Amino acid sequence: MTRQSTLGALLRSQGVSRRAFLKFCTTTASVMALPAALIPVMADALEQAQRQSVIWLSFQECTGCTEALTRSHAPTLEGLIFDFISLDYHHTLQAASGRAAEAAREEAMREHAGKYLLLVDGSIPTVKAYSTIAGISNLDMLRNSAVNAAALIAVGTCAAYGGLPMAAPNPTSAVPVSDLITDKPIINVPGCPPLPLAITGVIAHYLTLGTLPALDALGRPLAFFGENIHDRCYRRPFYDRGLFAETFDDVGARKGWCLYKLGCKGPVAYNACAHVKWNQGVSFPIQSGHGCIGCSEPGFWDSAGIYESIADGQFGTGPKLASAAVVGAVAGAGAALLARGKKEKKAAAHAANE
Amino acid sequence: MTLLEFARGPAIHWALIILVAGTIWRLLGVLVLTRGGDLSRPRDAFGNYKGYRTVFSRAWPSSEFNVATRYQTIVAYLFHFATLIVVVGITAHIEFIQSLTGASWPALPNAAGVAIGIVALVSLLALILRRLTNPSIYCSNLGDYITWILVAAPLITGLMAFAHLGPRYETMLAIHILTVALMFIWFPFSKLMHSIWFVFSRAQSGLTYAHKGVQI
Repeated sequence: MTRQSTLGALLRSQGVSRRAFLKFCTTTASVMALPAALIPVMADALEQAQRQSVIWLSFQECTGCTEALTRSHAPTLEGLIFDFISLDYHHTLQAASGRAAEAAREEAMREHAGKYLLLVDGSIPTVKAYSTIAGISNLDMLRNSAVNAAALIAVGTCAAYGGLPMAAPNPTSAVPVSDLITDKPIINVPGCPPLPLAITGVIAHYLTLGTLPALDALGRPLAFFGENIHDRCYRRPFYDRGLFAETFDDVGARKGWCLYKLGCKGPVAYNACAHVKWNQGVSFPIQSGHGCIGCSEPGFWDSAGIYESIADGQFGTGPKLASAAVVGAVAGAGAALLARGKKEKKAAAHAANE
Repeated sequence: MTLLEFARGPAIHWALIILVAGTIWRLLGVLVLTRGGDLSRPRDAFGNYKGYRTVFSRAWPSSEFNVATRYQTIVAYLFHFATLIVVVGITAHIEFIQSLTGASWPALPNAAGVAIGIVALVSLLALILRRLTNPSIYCSNLGDYITWILVAAPLITGLMAFAHLGPRYETMLAIHILTVALMFIWFPFSKLMHSIWFVFSRAQSGLTYAHKGVQI
């Protein structure tokens, strides 16, 4: 981890040109829908930015979020900004372990009380015994670390919405950060993993303006999660023309037609994959031939099968509908027979009276 | 549970259960209650055949009424065919039907689906305008208006969902599915049953007329 005092100094020491840095600022500002006048402000602010204290807590997670950020094609500006922050605690990346590691976290919390950003990745089991770090339950560590945080960033779908650990039957009674911390600003940066630019974009926004970006109803920064994948998908024209891949190896699949029928969740997923893309803008899942799985949406593990199209009914079909038919048949025939019986009885009574 | 999960899950499921049970109940409730055979002979050598033929011949007005009913006939035809085509011709609908039954067929391009959906909606509006401006012809009751709303709602919400108008797509899709669920629930207990009854009622009238010697 670098020791340069400002981001500008760090970037220069890494051989990043002023032009490349301004390009990054322009991209970030435009992606985050900031006015163009803010680009030089952002450049100045970022250049002069002091190291921001960040505590990164990893709970029930797979480390994919950290991997996405640190292993994205190196060296990226996103990666460098990530290097620049004073990552005071991250149990995957830090050299220290055991008591020394916990001491670093406590020291950062004390020194930067009220100023540090708390990044959380992974969901939190409410049954304390299921996941502990240095003997401290995830639940206690989160509550304790959040007290003096300036803001929380829930990185990845597990921290933001519970993700895989919270999927049925949720054996650890896992919950997302927002279920536990209610008195601090929380930004959700979901995704499995989230786009590295979305993580650094939020941090850059905070370093530049000292505020948190505008969020949608699900607590996600609108700049990255305000757009529908389907609306930005380069395969959309095939959807409109009614040209679909029916299987993963048919003509449609080879020709790059729409993956809607193969369960693509693009129409109900909000993320920046379709325009920011992955691996330095090389590609994104749909471009590589697989439908979007909607990983940035709450409950995506449970809401529908990955290969079931959005239009499919989400209920067991046969037995209940068949029994409904039987119930209807019995009720209908019963009512009719009853009425017929009454009619015949009345006719008989009428005949007897005559 | 999100609104879409509710709509795609229990809401449409229970609506389908009520639709199936209710429709079969209504059908058998009438069909099992037979009227008993008409023992008279048809007044015409081809009487019974002519009677059954009314199932089709009543699909258009008698020539005397061609002019008087032109607006109604044309608009109603447009509405019924356009609605039928969008119900069975749009990709998303076919996917739903396939998930339910396993059967599937080629879909229309979306542009065609939207165009036909608009035809259905506009013709439905034209029909309600006529109903509202000619109360003496229709003698409408509350059920007629509820039915109109429950048929118009899926058309409007479906077009809005496709065009990404109004709320976000997943919310609009959920609202669309919920309006369809309401229509399914209303179906067996309303005039919408005419989509099945028309066969039986026309045949029954045709047979009765044939036996009585009414010109058909």
